[in-house]
Amino acid sequence: MNLLGKLAVAAAIVAAAGGLVFWFATAPEPLSEQSLAALPQGDAARGERIFWAGGCTSCHARPGSQGDAVLELSGGLELRTPFGTFVAPNISQHPDDGIGSWTAGDLANAMLRGVSPRGSHYYPAFPYGSYARMDPADVADLYAFMKTLPVVEGRAAANALKFPFSIRRGIGVWKFVHLSPDPVLEIPDASEQVARGQYLVEGPGHCGECHTPRDVSGGLKKDEWLAGAVAAEGEGVVPNITPGGLDWSAGEIAYFLESGFTPDFDSVGGSMVAVQKNMARLPTEDREAVAAYLKAGPARENGYPARQ
Amino acid sequence: MKTFLLAVTTFTLVSGASFADPHEDRVALMKSFGQQLGQLAPMAKGEKPFDAAATAAALTELQARTEKFDAAVLFPEGSTGGDKNRALPVIWTAWDDFTARADKLKADVAEVAATPPADQAALGAALGKIGSNCGGCHEVYRAPEG
Ligand code: HEC
Ligand code: HEC
Ligand code: HEC
Repeated sequence: MNLLGKLAVAAAIVAAAGGLVFWFATAPEPLSEQSLAALPQGDAARGERIFWAGGCTSCHARPGSQGDAVLELSGGLELRTPFGTFVAPNISQHPDDGIGSWTAGDLANAMLRGVSPRGSHYYPAFPYGSYARMDPADVADLYAFMKTLPVVEGRAAANALKFPFSIRRGIGVWKFVHLSPDPVLEIPDASEQVARGQYLVEGPGHCGECHTPRDVSGGLKKDEWLAGAVAAEGEGVVPNITPGGLDWSAGEIAYFLESGFTPDFDSVGGSMVAVQKNMARLPTEDREAVAAYLKAGPARENGYPARQ
Repeated sequence: MKTFLLAVTTFTLVSGASFADPHEDRVALMKSFGQQLGQLAPMAKGEKPFDAAATAAALTELQARTEKFDAAVLFPEGSTGGDKNRALPVIWTAWDDFTARADKLKADVAEVAATPPADQAALGAALGKIGSNCGGCHEVYRAPEG
């Protein structure tokens, strides 16, 4: 065999090995049998609180619906990103079009691991990167609450993604680098209130998904946590909500989450409106805990380029 | 024709400022809503004792101000220019919805002002009702900052 031939064979072997590594590194990793068996029986009343904290309606309600109609989780909202357009699916209790036939374990795998019942990866446009920090018992409660929600017929359109993002298997690499149930901030001597706020913000509340800048692979930059970011969809910026960008008192933050009014009585806008409406459904102590956590975190410079 | 031109000129003179920079005018008007809301919120939050007379007065003034929300004058078609302008072009492709939202704000404020809330809890609910009009419109028609 001439040198060229040998090189070609070597290259082929390396490529095949690389492919194998890729295949294993990208395999979906559902929860273990033990974790699934340990899921407690959920409580619907507690689950409702998790449901609002998790903001599922922001993406899965029928676009434009108001009031209690947001409980009809038909999906259909389009999220336009640089990777293409994601469409939130129907997660109502419809057995075929929604998730009516799912077990609590199926929901736990989706939310904590980003894995579907058929064992494929979900795209992180479904913010499981944050939900992965949730307590499995809270997911069981959420499951019990979602069981009480209406059946809605009809499937949402499919995602329209650009190659190579259209290959679900590739998400395994993203997960390998970015998916972790560990808390983001280390807050020494956190009070019970701050700890509750940390759980709500970093876990179900998924505030970091919009308020934190992303690296080239679409992962959140932990060292610029909540420092504000260029909006993933459309134009403009999502504000810095660390003490470096937000000088509101804890009371003012909590009132903003309750009423939508800023301290100078501007009113909330854009994608934060849906978040605020969900936060308004939580008990006061949860909004106060979120505010306490935001005040307790480190001050950071804005995570987006200076405005001209 | 002459009378028409005269009418147009007079109208322009009277409402001169509105034609000069609709962005400045509408932002100033909406900020003036905030001044009244700022009188009410401390009572709703319990930072100040509930005062029925002050509540009624602030709501009457808020109503007078929201009545000035004339969408056609404040949002002439295409008025998106300028640095700090956050009005989105979709306002004019969904004009009927936009004006309906402005009307709903006026109707809700008028309703609350006609029967002013009688205690702290009712005031909180009233502010929630008014505020959902602000946020609802900003959600769709106002761009984020920057
Ligand atoms: C930021 C928008 C967003 C939010 C908020 C959100 N989701 Fe989703 N969700 C999505 C998208 C997009 C998908 C589809 C992902 C894909 O195609 O891989 C999805 C998929 C799902 C699925 C899989 C459905 C199926 O048919 O396989 C479930 C279950 C789900 N979400 C539940 C939830 C729950 C419960 C919440 C609230 C705790 C929630 N989602 C909040 C965007 C969102
Ligand atoms: C879907 C994206 C998204 C999510 C999720 C989100 N935010 Fe926001 N947030 C925004 C945007 C956009 C704004 C700017 C709103 C505007 O234009 O009026 C904002 C504004 C804010 C502000 C006001 C800041 C200022 O300077 O005016 C606070 C406080 C805030 N968010 C807190 C939170 C908290 C707490 C959470 C989690 C519970 C959260 N946000 C989740 C998008 C988001
Ligand atoms: C019918 C739609 C609509 C309603 C209702 C509405 N707004 Fe606005 N608001 C807008 C738009 C659009 C802008 C952006 C205007 C611009 O930048 O020229 C804006 C801008 C503002 C600003 C200026 C923010 C800045 O850039 O400094 C404030 C303050 C404000 N609104 C407060 C309110 C309050 C408070 C209410 C309710 C009492 C309210 N608005 C109701 C559409 C609305």
